[in-house]
Amino acid sequence: MNPLIPLFIAIPLAGAFLTMILGKFLPRLNKYLGITVLLLLAMMSLISVATISGGTDIYKVGGWEPVGGIPIGIYMVLDNLSALLLCVINIVGLLAVIYSFTYISQYTSENYFYSLFCLMIAGMNGVVLSGDLFNIFVFLEISAISSYALVAFGVEREQLEATFKYQVLGGLASLVILLGTGFIYWKAKTLNIADAREVLWAGSEKPFYLLAQLLLLSGFGLKAAIIPFHAWLPDAHSSAPSPISAMLSGVLIKAVGIYVIFRLFFNMFVLSEEIAVLITVLGTLSMAVGVFLAIGQWDIKRLLAYHSISQMGYVVMSAGIGMILVSRGTKPEVAALALAGALFHLINHAAFKSLLFLNAGAIEYRTGTRNLREMGGLAACMPATSSTSFAASMAISGLPPFNGFFSKLIIIIAAVMARFYLLAAIAVIVSIVTLASFLKFQRYAFYNGKREAGKENLREVPFPMVLSMVTLALFCLLLSLAALPHFRDIIFTPAIRILTDAQQYTAPILGF
Amino acid sequence: MIVYLLCFVLFLTGLYGVITRRNLVKIVISLSIMEFSLFLFLALIGYVEGGTVPIVDPADTGAVYVDPLPQAMVLTAIVIGLATTAMLMAVIIRVYRKYKTMDIREIKNLRG
Repeated sequence: MNPLIPLFIAIPLAGAFLTMILGKFLPRLNKYLGITVLLLLAMMSLISVATISGGTDIYKVGGWEPVGGIPIGIYMVLDNLSALLLCVINIVGLLAVIYSFTYISQYTSENYFYSLFCLMIAGMNGVVLSGDLFNIFVFLEISAISSYALVAFGVEREQLEATFKYQVLGGLASLVILLGTGFIYWKAKTLNIADAREVLWAGSEKPFYLLAQLLLLSGFGLKAAIIPFHAWLPDAHSSAPSPISAMLSGVLIKAVGIYVIFRLFFNMFVLSEEIAVLITVLGTLSMAVGVFLAIGQWDIKRLLAYHSISQMGYVVMSAGIGMILVSRGTKPEVAALALAGALFHLINHAAFKSLLFLNAGAIEYRTGTRNLREMGGLAACMPATSSTSFAASMAISGLPPFNGFFSKLIIIIAAVMARFYLLAAIAVIVSIVTLASFLKFQRYAFYNGKREAGKENLREVPFPMVLSMVTLALFCLLLSLAALPHFRDIIFTPAIRILTDAQQYTAPILGF
Repeated sequence: MIVYLLCFVLFLTGLYGVITRRNLVKIVISLSIMEFSLFLFLALIGYVEGGTVPIVDPADTGAVYVDPLPQAMVLTAIVIGLATTAMLMAVIIRVYRKYKTMDIREIKNLRG
């Protein structure tokens, strides 16, 4: 048993409450507490990803042992897939907190900010670690409610409108998820994911579980902003304060949306080809439609938000190809390649999209605008912002030697090897349109020589903001090393084995 | 079976309200109706025909108990629903102060 597992949730919860209680008396405490909490979590997640090595650690909440081989308590499960996601959540969270040091001082009530931030991290860690359907719902609501509050942090007209939209759609998603959970419990009489898998594979009430699958897919699809459910994302992600946009776009939609879809559909349900095709089609749609909605945008953060939809489309499409191959039971090595592409692109997207949102925040911090038409010539006075955003733009458009190139390459190769030539062609075209869109961003924001009066005294942003941007830019470069076979074997292969072979996930939990 | 259908009708009533109402408060009320229809559904799936309160009495060996787990789920979900509704209401008060209206058609700064 790994003693670190409950700490992943207890430490940020304690941080959130201590910030609110002690923050009143010690005005500068919130920053130090926030960074200590996130530093601890980031180190713990790195330790768990290094020590897990293909095994599974289980923590039984309250020490409830299984009765007659049937798990009855709440289980926290740490395997390679969740360790990977924990790393993404906590490292991006750490950099966002460092960035907030100076950025958030333009708002009042910083205590609330750090407290809600810690709560959001606790919720996401909980979703990723949970081995129980209802527990996923509870932690998902913790992270969702704190993110509703954080989107509205500026309490101006736009933020309030965005948060209302986000809350109504997020509330609907939660209800649909709860309904799906109820349906599963009705027939399977269990909420534990591993135990439910045993029941689902033994029984054959296919139409009934198809309904539950569709409900859960639409609920978590709404949380992940896959295309027919995407309406809230551009508003919410562009209205939030920039470090929060980076967290929402870079981490939240993956941890509470994509990760849960992966976990449930690979490890719990009997994969059927219809659902796999549906997921692939939804992913392809988000990929193509997202990028065409993005290209006409002049608000930087809205542009980036639409690109999040499109890049998540790559992840979902690639995972869908993997699902189709797994459900057919053919070409296991191509399925593994497609899943490696999906996971790799998920991590890369966390690095470059949070960096781009932090860049947008830096530009807004100095110029006070998000409209691309009102910028121009910022490269000369903001060298760090300009060079890091160049790195991120090249990474997201898939140019070597940045990480985005390698993950997109793997996805396209997997699509070709699985004989989905149309999907491969769409992926290439979307990548080119992405490049065009980001060249527009670079040109209008940084290189268009037009300088207006009053802009001469613009300076680079303060040191903490530069530090987190440069670190993320280094991640954009270094993550391309993960494509090398040696690193791939350590990082991705065990996680893929858990996804493709559900027995790997269930056996340690049920104690076979 | 009829109980489940009525429960579903209540769910759809709430959904209809969320889609068609123009007033922000009425949207939140419709969301709450959907939520409560779900709580009812969860309590129903735990019901066993002729079952009693799930407090085990060792003397009575023939007793049938209803499933307590969905009831615990409903309690948790009620608390979560309270938090969501409170948060929505707080946002509505702020929206009213900024826009001076509760009509969703007039609150449309964000487009595209």
